[in-house]
Amino acid sequence: MKVTVTVNGRQVAAEVADRTLLVHFVRDVAGLTATNVGCDTSSCGACTVLLDGQSVKSCTVLAAQADGCEVTTVEGLASEPGEMHPVQRAFHAEHALQCGFCTPGMVMATVSLLAENPKPTEEQVRSGLEGNLCRCTGYHNIVRAVLAASER
Amino acid sequence: MSILGTRVVRTEDPRLLTAGGTYVDDLRLPELAGAARVTFVRSPFAHARITGIDASAAREAPGVVAVLTYSDIDDIPPPPPPPEGGPPPGSEAAPMPLGGPWQEPLLAVDKVRFVGEAVAIVLTDDSYQGEDAAELVVVDYEPLPAVVGIGEALAGGTLLFPDAGSNIPVAHPAGDLAFDGCDVVVEREIVNQRVAPVPMEGRAAAACWVDGKLTVWVSTQNAQISRFILAGAFGLDPGTIRVVAPDVGGGFGAKVGLDRDAIIVAWAARHVGRPLRWVETRSENLTGMTHGRAQRHTVKIGGTRDGRVLAYRLDVVQDTGAYPRMGGFLPTLTNLMAPGPYDIAHVVAGYRVVVTNTTPISAYRGAGRPEATAAIERAMDLFAAEIGMDPAEVRRKNLVPSDQFPYQSPCGALYDTGDYIGGLDKVLAGAGYADLRAEQARRRERGDVVQLGIGVSSYVEITAADADNGETARLVVHDDGTATVYTGSSAHGQGHHTSWAMIVEADLGIQMEKVTVKHGDTDEIPLGTGTYASRSLQLGGVAVHRANLEVKEQARKLAADLMEASEADLELDTDSGRWQVRGDPGASRTWADVASHAGAEGLTAFVHYTDGAPTFPFGSHVAVAEVDTETGKVTLVRHVTVDDAGTVLNPVLTEGQRHGGIAQGVAQALLEEMVYDAEGNPLTGTLADYATITAAELPSFELLVSETPATINPLGAKGIGEAGTIGATPAMQSAVIDALSHLGVRHIDMPTTPVRVWTAISEARASQ
Repeated sequence: MKVTVTVNGRQVAAEVADRTLLVHFVRDVAGLTATNVGCDTSSCGACTVLLDGQSVKSCTVLAAQADGCEVTTVEGLASEPGEMHPVQRAFHAEHALQCGFCTPGMVMATVSLLAENPKPTEEQVRSGLEGNLCRCTGYHNIVRAVLAASER
Repeated sequence: MSILGTRVVRTEDPRLLTAGGTYVDDLRLPELAGAARVTFVRSPFAHARITGIDASAAREAPGVVAVLTYSDIDDIPPPPPPPEGGPPPGSEAAPMPLGGPWQEPLLAVDKVRFVGEAVAIVLTDDSYQGEDAAELVVVDYEPLPAVVGIGEALAGGTLLFPDAGSNIPVAHPAGDLAFDGCDVVVEREIVNQRVAPVPMEGRAAAACWVDGKLTVWVSTQNAQISRFILAGAFGLDPGTIRVVAPDVGGGFGAKVGLDRDAIIVAWAARHVGRPLRWVETRSENLTGMTHGRAQRHTVKIGGTRDGRVLAYRLDVVQDTGAYPRMGGFLPTLTNLMAPGPYDIAHVVAGYRVVVTNTTPISAYRGAGRPEATAAIERAMDLFAAEIGMDPAEVRRKNLVPSDQFPYQSPCGALYDTGDYIGGLDKVLAGAGYADLRAEQARRRERGDVVQLGIGVSSYVEITAADADNGETARLVVHDDGTATVYTGSSAHGQGHHTSWAMIVEADLGIQMEKVTVKHGDTDEIPLGTGTYASRSLQLGGVAVHRANLEVKEQARKLAADLMEASEADLELDTDSGRWQVRGDPGASRTWADVASHAGAEGLTAFVHYTDGAPTFPFGSHVAVAEVDTETGKVTLVRHVTVDDAGTVLNPVLTEGQRHGGIAQGVAQALLEEMVYDAEGNPLTGTLADYATITAAELPSFELLVSETPATINPLGAKGIGEAGTIGATPAMQSAVIDALSHLGVRHIDMPTTPVRVWTAISEARASQ
């Protein structure tokens, strides 16, 4: 089937198999590989992207469901090339990433969380990111980064 | 002022944050154009005979390039003979599979021994086709009784390897120990459960052969070790193999070297003459990647009623899973570190290794040392409870005093430097220990539903246990004044690129922005060991430092020639990065000047640093937990730690290492366990079932500073990568038990899940 998705402002149209997952559309068709696949049960959130502004786990969305929609990945977050979005800057400043694998999903989940709740408490950050796993940081600096970004 | 010891944010991050890393699945290289996907067909049985494999339907499925089984592997030499007398001692450097009757085949031959064992591979144009076609491979299994758990393995009713005649590949059981002079002796069996490492990126490998040269991209902690494993497997000269570790999404010990799955990918690429890529699914990862821990301890501790421990005996049984890989070696570290940070006169430790029909065991963050700490810390608590003394006080009475270093432990380790009692006192003060005990007493007095538990642990660990393998560094200063470091160490989140650049800036005054760090490509860096056992900074970092010093001396000669001055009169201003005549900054030369003046050989030095020795970081943790006595639910409310790893190069990075380790330690104590049923079926084979810890289950951590320099290396550094799992796990477990001690609860095995806690409470109340 033909699917057309606007990914980071660029319209991407392709003929794909019906069962194609959005994450594979983003990675293999749109060629944006920052978004990672970390599990097969929608548990880890590494594949989190924004679909029409809402965070979704793109391993659990069919590309067909995103037909006609806008998708934002971490590559498209900054307003200018070479710049960083405030959430990206906060992750850098607070050492909120180590191996980097969960990071694109974690950043996108954070963007979504702060859009819904611009001034969250620590507890709200922790529960808000419960669906995104990180094995390196113990979440400590991620939480600090989210709180720091919320104050910008 | 030196940049060392200052808070420097990572140079790695902007790329990872804006473009994402380039992990194996992200490689878009010409060499991998048209790479077919590898999908493994894995055993659904824990123990079974294979009586037939029919791949005819799979071969007809869309997109299938080939379906390969053991019978297709006719073009590589047989595995090398087994090492004499079991695994070589003293090195974590390579997985140590036992050969002979314990031989693990590349692909299953006539038997499978764990759920997840590779039986066949399917090569397809894309991964969706691979999953479909793998379903069509018909394997006839004749199930055999499964051996699950240490008890069944020791009983020997079913043997995994009948030719071996036993389920016990290695046995050095603990000897007898007289507990003479002890007023009190406590003995108990403790389970240190099997856990899954769960790096966020699972295993992955890609391979191609061009003109007889093999290139493998693999998610590994050790490109160079991987190269030698491949050379051995294929009977090839290592010079004909290139291994690249691209970005690696976490390792935690489970990516030391490379697994046989990656060897199969490389073999199959040659067999079908096409580049291949394999990226495992998470469900595949949870049974195919090695697990960690999986030990049973029998601890016996004795001492006087005034709190002095006199004797300790630790007997370990290591479940190594279906095949003795590194699991056969891990308990030697558990034995080595058995007495922990305590000065105990009489200690004996021993171990046996058993095979079971479960996923093989290998290193996981700490690799044998968290198990040692968990055992002695539980023993100390049991002893304290028996004599009715505060557990922190019992520790203080038995910690090795500061004037005893270097301290020769009765188990053979030489603890280099330390201030164990100072560390304990600091963490108790930081936690407000007395106030916590008072709050605990109030809650007990009131009979609160939610009780407070305080867990204290003290530890010492060994890092860079294989220091004599050393680490390499090559430094090149370029004509434009920039520099490149080629390190044999291997980054997968630790921040090597930032740290190594800091060392160059500190030593040479070449600003870290001008320093490029390269790792993980054996064409560029043929010699190296890589990252495990918390060895990177104290070996790889020191190698960089040594290379800096060699380059500095070369540069001094060049600068002297340029400036027509005597070498003795020259100095390097490391603030400005300029060479000048002592006391005369007016006439100076830059690194670009000096490097441009070097001959054809350039301004470069290579160092293989092997003068190090193992170091012994130490610390103490306090975990504060609330336990709901009606539901058994545990909440960690505070976690306070002292983790002393010598001189800190970059506090940002060491804190990050501590945070991650603490979380994994808490996870083992509270939540995580790989569970099998009686038939050997994994019940926690997906992330929907395996209880990986999340942000919502953790507090922010309270880290206290303590720096007791190592004296063996010029950076004063010890390792920090594994301190968290070593210190946090027993503190967390202890906090849960401590919350219930007034009810008579003395022990709950990990993970202290609500059902276990609730059961312990119920049993304690029933017996009162």
